[in-house]
Amino acid sequence: MYGKGLRALSLATTVVLTGAFALVFFYAPNDADQGFIQKIFYVHVPMAIVALCGFIAGGVMAIAHLRTRAQKWDMRSYVAIHLSLILGVGVLVTGSIWAKASWGHWWVWNEPTLVSFLIIFLLYACYQPLRFSIEDPERQARYASVFAIIAGAFVPLNFLAVRLAQAYTHPRVLGTTGGSLPGDMRLTFLVALAGMVLLFVTLWKYEMTSKHAAMQLRALRRKLAGDEAPVRAAGRSAAPAATLHARPDTH
Amino acid sequence: MRRTVAALLRKDVLLELRTKETVPAMALFAVTTFVVFHFGLNRGSVSGDLAAGVFWVTLLFAAMLGINRLFVAEREQGGFDAFLLAPADRTALLVAKTAALFAFLSVLELVAVPAFALLLLQPSVWPALPALVGVLALANAGVAVVGTLASALAIQTRARDLIAPLLALPLLIPVVLAAAKASTPLLLAAGPGTIAARWPLILGLYDLVFALTAYAVFDFLLED
Amino acid sequence: MRGRVGLLGHEPLLYRDLTGRENLDYQARLFGVDGARVEELLERTGMARRADEPLRTLSRGMVQRLAVCRTVLHDPALLLLDEPLANLDPAAVEAVEPLIGRGAGRTRVVTSHDPGAGLREADLVLGLRGGRAVIAAGAQEVTEADVRALYR
Repeated sequence: MYGKGLRALSLATTVVLTGAFALVFFYAPNDADQGFIQKIFYVHVPMAIVALCGFIAGGVMAIAHLRTRAQKWDMRSYVAIHLSLILGVGVLVTGSIWAKASWGHWWVWNEPTLVSFLIIFLLYACYQPLRFSIEDPERQARYASVFAIIAGAFVPLNFLAVRLAQAYTHPRVLGTTGGSLPGDMRLTFLVALAGMVLLFVTLWKYEMTSKHAAMQLRALRRKLAGDEAPVRAAGRSAAPAATLHARPDTH
Repeated sequence: MRRTVAALLRKDVLLELRTKETVPAMALFAVTTFVVFHFGLNRGSVSGDLAAGVFWVTLLFAAMLGINRLFVAEREQGGFDAFLLAPADRTALLVAKTAALFAFLSVLELVAVPAFALLLLQPSVWPALPALVGVLALANAGVAVVGTLASALAIQTRARDLIAPLLALPLLIPVVLAAAKASTPLLLAAGPGTIAARWPLILGLYDLVFALTAYAVFDFLLED
Repeated sequence: MRGRVGLLGHEPLLYRDLTGRENLDYQARLFGVDGARVEELLERTGMARRADEPLRTLSRGMVQRLAVCRTVLHDPALLLLDEPLANLDPAAVEAVEPLIGRGAGRTRVVTSHDPGAGLREADLVLGLRGGRAVIAAGAQEVTEADVRALYR
């Protein structure tokens, strides 16, 4: 069900990402003060944008889950959030490298976006422990969705608060993306952004497909084994429980 | 709905008065932390943004104690079930618990503010008091709503005392931020200045957003 | 539907640090029931004298009596009772019978491990074994031996 179009998607992602890298290395100009290292911006910023959108998308999917009670939405929400979290690590690492190269410190407090991101990251890092520590699968999904909605609502609020707290002392390109970027940088940025979005979507589809397949496999096993199949031990799993409702049997 | 909220709130206040579990612990924690700060910072007094920071961080962590305990009686003594059996609007539980937490925080601050003024604050707190009370009220509202949500989420988990602060602290960073920025001019050594308008506005916006979000999602936490 | 069911399970669903009266007053307010009903029930279950002591100082049987009060406070049409007479001495059993027993005039679903008593009271019997209904019949058709056989 999810496997459709996966190959085409992967192909597209590879092409765009390769194109983006090519542009970054050969086309985009070297920044006047920061030099070559500034190019990490083409990785860092798209990753951040995609991660944040991923978090918010996770929240929206969680709303869908609570309204429809369909387990698939919970699965989608989980995958979106957990992928965004991984991207978030990337954002923090690349941000840190960039900070070290530009300002000599591994972490800077006066870059509001990076700081906001840290807070968001700390919050979403609780998502899996939260799921992990609720055993009842239905309740786990429900509570995770509530969390995803709260956290999703929090993201814009957080960025607003932190940004207001910082005086604009740094002429970071981040604050004026698309506005003050010269043409060739803008093109590179947009391509990099497109590549990152495609990467996210492709990975998301991959993971959904693999989880879906695993669920179907388990359901089939249960059916084969009949009623004597051992109940899946209350697994300490942070992933949504695989309870595909078996089609009605003919007893 | 109002009657249900009143009944719940009355029960919670009664329980707290009877057991005295939460508020004294919070107050004691706050005062002790001020003392620890004295040794940690190696200063006899603080003012301005340092004062604001010490004060708000201490309050935040003291609030964590209250947040951890908020739903414990419900969970362990069947309070959830008893409530769910009644023909009552479930959101009443959210409102009542938020109000209770707000009340507990206010009592905490009745102790913490004078203690802070006595132990650590260099300028006098009197002239700044009305403005400070305003900031406290706005911040309390935010902490109360988010704290109730985090507590409700955490109460059903195995590691509830760990999860509740882990959820609440990042969510409350904007509150600490705005409250500290708002109170910095109030605690200056040279005498209180005026607060920049944006900080109370941020607090207000935060309170509004989370109150609405909480209202929307709370029912889903109670189904059983 | 909520508000017309009374549930009495293994947990009394009362706060241990509050008194009997405080607990029941709270429940009364939740259900919109008049305070006089609380007093009436306390009298009928013989708990009026000890209604102002915190629950944790009371014996298990007394707590159970208060739990019965809680269950019928809002005059439910349907009672769900899980071993309701556990922990009760004969005097207490007599006291609660008109409230939750056969004479209460309500529909009751009772789970019990006492086959004799259960059969005497019931109109319909449902016996479960391994999650499946093994006995489902009118009480007249079921003997005590049938019930005991379930446990082997």
